[in-house]
Amino acid sequence: MTITAGAGQDVVAELRRRATEIRRRDLQMVVDAGNGHIGGDLSATDILATLYFGVLRVDPSRPNDPQRDRFILSKGHCAGALYTTLAFRGFIPVDELHTFMAPLSRLNGHPDRNKVPGVETNTGPLGHGLPVGVGAAIGAQIDGASWRTFVLTGDGELQEGSNWEAAMTAGHRGLDHLTVIVDRNRFQQGDATESTVRLDPLADRWRAFGWAVAEVDGHDHAALLDLFHRLPLEPGKPTCIIAHTTKGKGVSFMEDRAEWHHKVPSRDQLASALQELNDE
Amino acid sequence: MSESQLYDCRHAFADMLLELGEEDERIVVVNNDSVGSSNTGAFRKRFPDRLVNVGIAEQTLVGVGAGLANAGKIPFVCSASCFLTGRALEQIKADVAYSNANVKLVGISSGMAYGALGPTHHSIEDFAWTRAIANLTVIAPADPEETRQAVHLAAHTPGPFFLRLSRMGVPAIHGKDYKLAVGRANVLRDGSDLTIIANGVMVTRALAAADLLGAEGIRARVLNMATVRPLDRDAIVAAARDTGAIVTVEEHTVFGGLGSAVAEVVVQTVPVPMRILGVPGVFAPTGGAEWLLEHFGLTAAGIRDAALELARSPRAVA
Repeated sequence: MTITAGAGQDVVAELRRRATEIRRRDLQMVVDAGNGHIGGDLSATDILATLYFGVLRVDPSRPNDPQRDRFILSKGHCAGALYTTLAFRGFIPVDELHTFMAPLSRLNGHPDRNKVPGVETNTGPLGHGLPVGVGAAIGAQIDGASWRTFVLTGDGELQEGSNWEAAMTAGHRGLDHLTVIVDRNRFQQGDATESTVRLDPLADRWRAFGWAVAEVDGHDHAALLDLFHRLPLEPGKPTCIIAHTTKGKGVSFMEDRAEWHHKVPSRDQLASALQELNDE
Repeated sequence: MSESQLYDCRHAFADMLLELGEEDERIVVVNNDSVGSSNTGAFRKRFPDRLVNVGIAEQTLVGVGAGLANAGKIPFVCSASCFLTGRALEQIKADVAYSNANVKLVGISSGMAYGALGPTHHSIEDFAWTRAIANLTVIAPADPEETRQAVHLAAHTPGPFFLRLSRMGVPAIHGKDYKLAVGRANVLRDGSDLTIIANGVMVTRALAAADLLGAEGIRARVLNMATVRPLDRDAIVAAARDTGAIVTVEEHTVFGGLGSAVAEVVVQTVPVPMRILGVPGVFAPTGGAEWLLEHFGLTAAGIRDAALELARSPRAVA
């Protein structure tokens, strides 16, 4: 299932098809549940699709394989995008997605590793994913193992100091099998990140903590794939990929609008959103 | 205090950790610039690659512990208890307990062991904070043997643990024949007039108080309630039923700790009069560790006086 380096047009087309499939199902799921975080789901979808269908060495039939790559969703509120991706990748039944956030569903509003195969750690409070990812990467470093750790963070979440504690440790230890992807959609729950507490110059900040940094269009599957295939970008350094994204990507009336952080579309809005995604 | 030899339980902790490290290469230590205070220098010397020092960064300390467990390690996350629990409580809740990560949290120098360093360094809220969290076993050993066994038990029992250790000198209470079990109190002395329930550094004082009470003609049962969660409900119910009165003693605030935990059981099963001894909801004044225990009446005489007052008060249950 993992796509090898030098992937061609057909591979990229497949990733695009997967991403559209995830977006459509996720939208439906959020409307059915009457709950979720669709704006951030849609900004992260192309990153998730590229990782799960092109990069991660994971096997749904062996979700606890000690040699698997670890993927940690630090922005745990985007569980909807993760569940949908895990479902299409074979970790959970696609049919189960309709239980999202229903009473006693294992698909809680934030992911639970003890219920959902493929989830590595329980996230929800922000700024937790990177420290755990750093710990996993140190574990692999101690063992001289070849598996890699990927952490997807939101951008607003980088206001949490715990990220920078962990970034310092990762830089100090030269964890070059650790990659952070920042979903840089420039919005947090209440406002633009730069109007709330400024994150820029974000790349310089990561570099100053000892990381190799690349910036990429977070919706360009070919560019993402190319970067992931070149990891580590610098031997002896952890990698930070700043993925420039659009909150609500793919649905015109949601794009770049802070209110779609956790607003739920009406049935009419869902129909129009699915139509747009069909036309893509 | 008795004249017997006193032990700093950090040594028993460090010795057992080293022993476990020899047996199982999955055992690793995580520190926050706390190699000295947690007495893990010998472990670092023996297994330099298996001691991870994240610097002065408690959120990362606990998060890294959870990540190491994800990688298949058995991490002992060792830090001054005040910082480990107070600074990283959300990581303890989400990354360790809720995630069910196989992490062993070790709070060093708990209670008021840091003495005159003051309330910033006292850890008298840690029972309340940790016992409120689901899926976290909380143990406060009383002496070197119990410390050794607690560390061994934590390493060999999958799931999250919080071990609350002290640096204050304590005499040896338990012999080699003692067997620590999670959630089981140990009857150190039997008695029928009232029960003293204690843990950690207060156990030796509870035993001394029982001696003083004996001179007054009162036979006190003494329970070492090392495990604060899960609690030994049966031992508490038996104590209430058999002795009709309970005094709890802890090196902790009286809000939400051992006494509260015992009272939660007592009021719902066999309601009997209780006295809850501990730090009475204040920040401690300046003073050394032993001085502070005296100041708050957490001594053999203080426990005796509370027990006498309780024994002479009207009983709810005969």
